[in-house]
Amino acid sequence: MRKQLMKGNEAIVKSAILAGCRGFYGYPITPASEITEAAALYMPRAGGVFVQAESEVAAINMLYGAAAAGVRAMTASSGPGISLMQEGISYMAGAELPCVVADITRGGPGLGNIGSEQGDYHQVVKGGGHGNYRTIVLAPHSVQEMADLTALAFELADRYRNPVFVLADGFVGQMMEPVEFPQRAIEAPMPAWAVAGTAATRGNLITSLHMGCDDLEAHVLALEAKYKLAEQREACAEEWHAEDAEIVLVGYGIVGRILKAVTAEARANGLPVGLLRPITLYPFPIAHFQHLASRARVFVVVEMSNGQLLEDVRLALNGACPIEFFSRVGGNAPSHDEVLQLVREQALRLIGEERMAHA
Amino acid sequence: MPSEAVQEYTVAQGRAKSFYARYARKEELQHQTHYCPGCGHGIIHKMLARAIDELDVQDRTILIGPVGCSVFTYYYFDVGNVQAAHGRAPAVATAMKRSRPGSIVISYQGDGDLSAIGAAEILHAANRGENISVIFVNNAIYSMTGGQVAPTTLIGQKSTTTPEGRRAANEGYPLHVSELLATLEAPVYIERVGLGDNKQIAQATRAIRRAVEDQARGLGFSLVEVLAPCPTIWKMNPVDAQRWVRDVMEKTFPLGVFRDHTKEAALRPASQPAPALDEIPRLLGLAEEDLPTGNGCMLARETNVDLQVRIAGFGGQGVLLLGEVLAEAGLVAGLEVSWLPSYGPEMRSGTSNCHVRLSSQPVDSPLVSVPSVLVAMNEPSLCKFDLTVRRGGWVIYNGDTFPGDCMRDGVHVLALPFTRLADELGDPRAANMVMLGALLEIDGVLPQASIDAALHRLVKNPRWIELDERALARGRELLKDALRRGSLAKEPCAEA
Repeated sequence: MRKQLMKGNEAIVKSAILAGCRGFYGYPITPASEITEAAALYMPRAGGVFVQAESEVAAINMLYGAAAAGVRAMTASSGPGISLMQEGISYMAGAELPCVVADITRGGPGLGNIGSEQGDYHQVVKGGGHGNYRTIVLAPHSVQEMADLTALAFELADRYRNPVFVLADGFVGQMMEPVEFPQRAIEAPMPAWAVAGTAATRGNLITSLHMGCDDLEAHVLALEAKYKLAEQREACAEEWHAEDAEIVLVGYGIVGRILKAVTAEARANGLPVGLLRPITLYPFPIAHFQHLASRARVFVVVEMSNGQLLEDVRLALNGACPIEFFSRVGGNAPSHDEVLQLVREQALRLIGEERMAHA
Repeated sequence: MPSEAVQEYTVAQGRAKSFYARYARKEELQHQTHYCPGCGHGIIHKMLARAIDELDVQDRTILIGPVGCSVFTYYYFDVGNVQAAHGRAPAVATAMKRSRPGSIVISYQGDGDLSAIGAAEILHAANRGENISVIFVNNAIYSMTGGQVAPTTLIGQKSTTTPEGRRAANEGYPLHVSELLATLEAPVYIERVGLGDNKQIAQATRAIRRAVEDQARGLGFSLVEVLAPCPTIWKMNPVDAQRWVRDVMEKTFPLGVFRDHTKEAALRPASQPAPALDEIPRLLGLAEEDLPTGNGCMLARETNVDLQVRIAGFGGQGVLLLGEVLAEAGLVAGLEVSWLPSYGPEMRSGTSNCHVRLSSQPVDSPLVSVPSVLVAMNEPSLCKFDLTVRRGGWVIYNGDTFPGDCMRDGVHVLALPFTRLADELGDPRAANMVMLGALLEIDGVLPQASIDAALHRLVKNPRWIELDERALARGRELLKDALRRGSLAKEPCAEA
């Protein structure tokens, strides 16, 4: 299979179209705009619909319409735009409409800056809109994963009838790497529940409104059961030199790449370091953490946000292992040397503890 | 007996086929609507249902309900039903119609929904000329939430949030939606009608039918604004409320046709037939035969490459292209590669830079924090990144003289006026390729054929390809000359 050099943002669109996506409704924002631009070029060629909406609010509600009509559809944005989309995402989760949203994160809060950050973790992973709902969140760390996880996102969105996020940072969106795609496109079947303007779908209703208290409670419980199923089946992570690691580095997206380089150098120096990289952020890969905690002596969480991932790691470990934390924000990435220094300090501390124990 | 009389009675205007016979989605009182006595919605629903019947589009119809008193349109209409977020129905309608062009998409909205929170969505759907029909029910108040001021509330009219009456100084003036939308070029049909008396009702019936018919004919955007009574919130009896529509509301909101291009409107272009599935990879530029050839074939596998390059300069100097050609050539030569740019406003003014890695092994981190080669196309970039270059690495600097404060030990320096040298070749903008030529000569790993292939893939203009090829060759010569003169290293180190 031949590979070609491509930006992560462009790979998302091409993978989406191969996966049967035929609707893109977006609004430009750095560093996600290439997604909207690529969709403007390729979606009509593939016989799909592209609309640049008047706002992110309109874009997500167009997505609601496309999904209600039974079409695989997506949008893309970044921090401030995702904030505006939260209304529609809550409605889509409530109405059980599938869609894919790519969030190419930038610096925040507010206008922040256009640098790469991971500060959208809470608003995406915890569901930034109102009500009892969840979104499935996939976190690619390479251009190849931008393609592969986008295709998976459409499958999961349909399987669970729920919005699915591809949560990447500006680095992963903007960088180019060799990528390969399947050589065949999928045609997504029209779901039976859609409202498509046909006799067969005339009896269907798309709504998130449940007037009776008992009705809404039953609906929310049904959603919760669905999320529990996703938690059992879809949680995913990459373990890299982790099986015998005493120091387990934890990071997703571009941080996962930086941590791979650190792990490689630390291993070359004989340090027992490994990487655990969550690929699904919801469902959070709790089992991987618990498994590695039986051998690890410390987990080191590294993120480009202020302890947002850290909270989920704490919940996953539930006190089973000590946690150290390192973060850079504002558009800065943790440098190789900074993290390596932290790893060395931890290694020294662990050796010190061993000596004390044997003394 | 009254019961017998009822049995003999024939309803002249029977139930429209597009209404459910029984409102099964409603929790209680499933034989009647949830609307108050004298409310305008009931009669407007009837007009719309009858239009759907008469145009024989029931199966094709998708009705989008708003947030407001008419949130439950799906209780009553036996059509495809979708409930939208407050004000967003025109956005939902846009995508539904475009996704299913054969459907009849009707957005049913109140005045709070459409003219306040949804002002942007209706304006832009109208401006795009979406082929949808909008029924806009204007009763000059927020009814469902208990009577707060709306953009359409009349001057002096009391509401729970204008207890002393609406004042222009505080709430502005009533918003004239039909007039406003009629200033746009795209809409085909916009009319304001009323429910103030039987004559008005007859006209409203015709207008609603026409709005749906225009869509069925494929003409474009239609909106009918209906002035409707709300006896409950207005605190009037139904008769007085109907009179108030005619005698008071109509003075602020005159009835009439504000746009009628029904006759001259061109049909909206039909959507192109979708390509066959097996055509899609080629349409996306992903077909195997269109991709770079020779991956993995050109470079001996045992070569151990780990080239980490940082390229920086002003926006417009070709910083990113330089990196792209390098990365593309690496890919052609069978190496693992990555290219990571700075992005955003930096590309349009100020400095720009990118990270490029070429490696025999999978690239772990695409961030180059300690480059083996720095290509600095201007002085600020040199000063910014000079100290990051690893010992034994290289700095290629676009300048006659190396600034004194950037001098340092253990790093090789090639400082030449590359822009002037490129100008001598025919265009100063080829400076990036002269510098790339020097870099390639330093590294010496990439076969020339991989460079040529990359250049032809990324540069489309033949004049530029020819110039860039000469520029690359010139860069190689310049490095060789400098090596011969032995003038490169500040202090040669072991790895060099």
